[in-house]
Amino acid sequence: MTKINHTPDEMMTIAAARELKDGQICFVGIGLPSAAANLARLSHAPEIVLIYESGTLDTKPDILPLSIGDPELSESALTNESVPEMFRFWLQGGHINLGFLGGAQIDRFANINSTVIGNYSEPKVRLPGAGGAPEIATHCGEIFVIIRQSKRSFVEKVDFITSFGHGEGKNHRKRLGIDTKGPTKIITDLCIMEPEPDSFELIVTSIHSGVSREEISQSTGWEIRFANNINTTKAPSNIELGALRALQNRSLEATFLSKN
Amino acid sequence: MAKITDLKEAISESVIDGQTIALEGFTHLIPFAAGHEIIRQGKLDLTLIRMTPDIIYDQMIGMGCAKKLIFGWAGNPGVGSLHRFRDALENGWPKPLEIEEHSHAAMANAFDAGASGLPLAIFQGYKGVDLEKLNDKIKYITCPFSEQKLVAIPSIRPDVTIIHAQKSDQKGNVLIEGITGVQKEAVLAATCSIVTVEEIVEDLEATANSIIIPSWALNFVAEVPHGAYPSYAYGYYGRDNKFYTNWDKISRDREKFKSWVDINILKK
Repeated sequence: MTKINHTPDEMMTIAAARELKDGQICFVGIGLPSAAANLARLSHAPEIVLIYESGTLDTKPDILPLSIGDPELSESALTNESVPEMFRFWLQGGHINLGFLGGAQIDRFANINSTVIGNYSEPKVRLPGAGGAPEIATHCGEIFVIIRQSKRSFVEKVDFITSFGHGEGKNHRKRLGIDTKGPTKIITDLCIMEPEPDSFELIVTSIHSGVSREEISQSTGWEIRFANNINTTKAPSNIELGALRALQNRSLEATFLSKN
Repeated sequence: MAKITDLKEAISESVIDGQTIALEGFTHLIPFAAGHEIIRQGKLDLTLIRMTPDIIYDQMIGMGCAKKLIFGWAGNPGVGSLHRFRDALENGWPKPLEIEEHSHAAMANAFDAGASGLPLAIFQGYKGVDLEKLNDKIKYITCPFSEQKLVAIPSIRPDVTIIHAQKSDQKGNVLIEGITGVQKEAVLAATCSIVTVEEIVEDLEATANSIIIPSWALNFVAEVPHGAYPSYAYGYYGRDNKFYTNWDKISRDREKFKSWVDINILKK
């Protein structure tokens, strides 16, 4: 047995960062997507362009922002655009090839819920809502999703479709006149899933080092299937772990130890 | 020309119970001081519009100022829920809250259309999502040229818009820098507008492409240093992320919330 010296969250963030490449123009959600995107930029993808919906274009924060419009994002950006321009010119105009989202729930066809658990008019838990996600999900060339995996978050059918993934599967996006790819990779703390060609149902394509198939099945709210040619996600290297921990430590310090 | 006055007068002369008002500022330059003045003046039955309600609307909702909220994303950024908003929605405390929910793209387009004097905003969006089934303001229009199906929503035209900015000159011309959100659009879409500024200066020292709202497009300008705190003002002070994190604890409990408001807003 090799000793595991990383947490599942670290594995997830590092696995997601590895999927990002130089040359991508990436629309970044706050929280987990932002951590992975900045880890990629500070390590193997220094030329990746990160855009946040606050209008901060090509931003290079040294610490992780708490909010979508922190001073760190604004001050390190190439420029700050107004929010209408952000959505109209840059997103709707088709300049962004990758959207990177999180969410509270995701279903077998990668539809995302960040609005409500339970009924909309009588919510069990009211979540923040849509923000930029519905249009990010259809206007970016493709979508990556990063989300912790459990039976509560990976459900047969989401309580509310905040952002459209592959709908009911097959050619549902095309039928709605959406010509972008939608979710192509779902990165969790246990594995990576991708939509199966033709059916567009999510299947596991890579299992994180040290994780079993049973764990994945037990953490999924439907009968999850595994690809025939399945990969193992390599455990984080010391360099990757060091870069992520340094980023997270200086971000925490900036938030909680600063004198305002 | 804008009237240069103090915050108390700007609010009492413009905000009337039952109006539709927008306090804008996207994470940056949120007009907290103005929101607090509205709470102090006990305004009621307001329809509040904001892309991200943030802590300021959590406070106004918790103090019973709002009957309706039009919004896109109602969370405490990076922290979690807006508990006063949720308590109003889930339990009707201190009073029931009606909601009209949109995506951010929709709201940005609707402010832009309002500022442009249009009755509606047209854009591509809401494809395949459930909001579209629940919000009866989301409709469709066919492009007469391409026959594409496009989303149509009413433009936003608030009775009053309030924003915060870095500075104005003695005439009331206002300079905004950094993340500018939908502030300019929200001001130009409104019947009446108030801008609070960090300082009133002799010379704005603006460059040729600076974002300036001319005095003659505004109604009131008031100097309110630190008026965006605990959000931030680029060039003046940073965002107090520690306060945003602490708000979770303060706002979770009704009594704790009320005593915080009492000390930090009502008695100020």
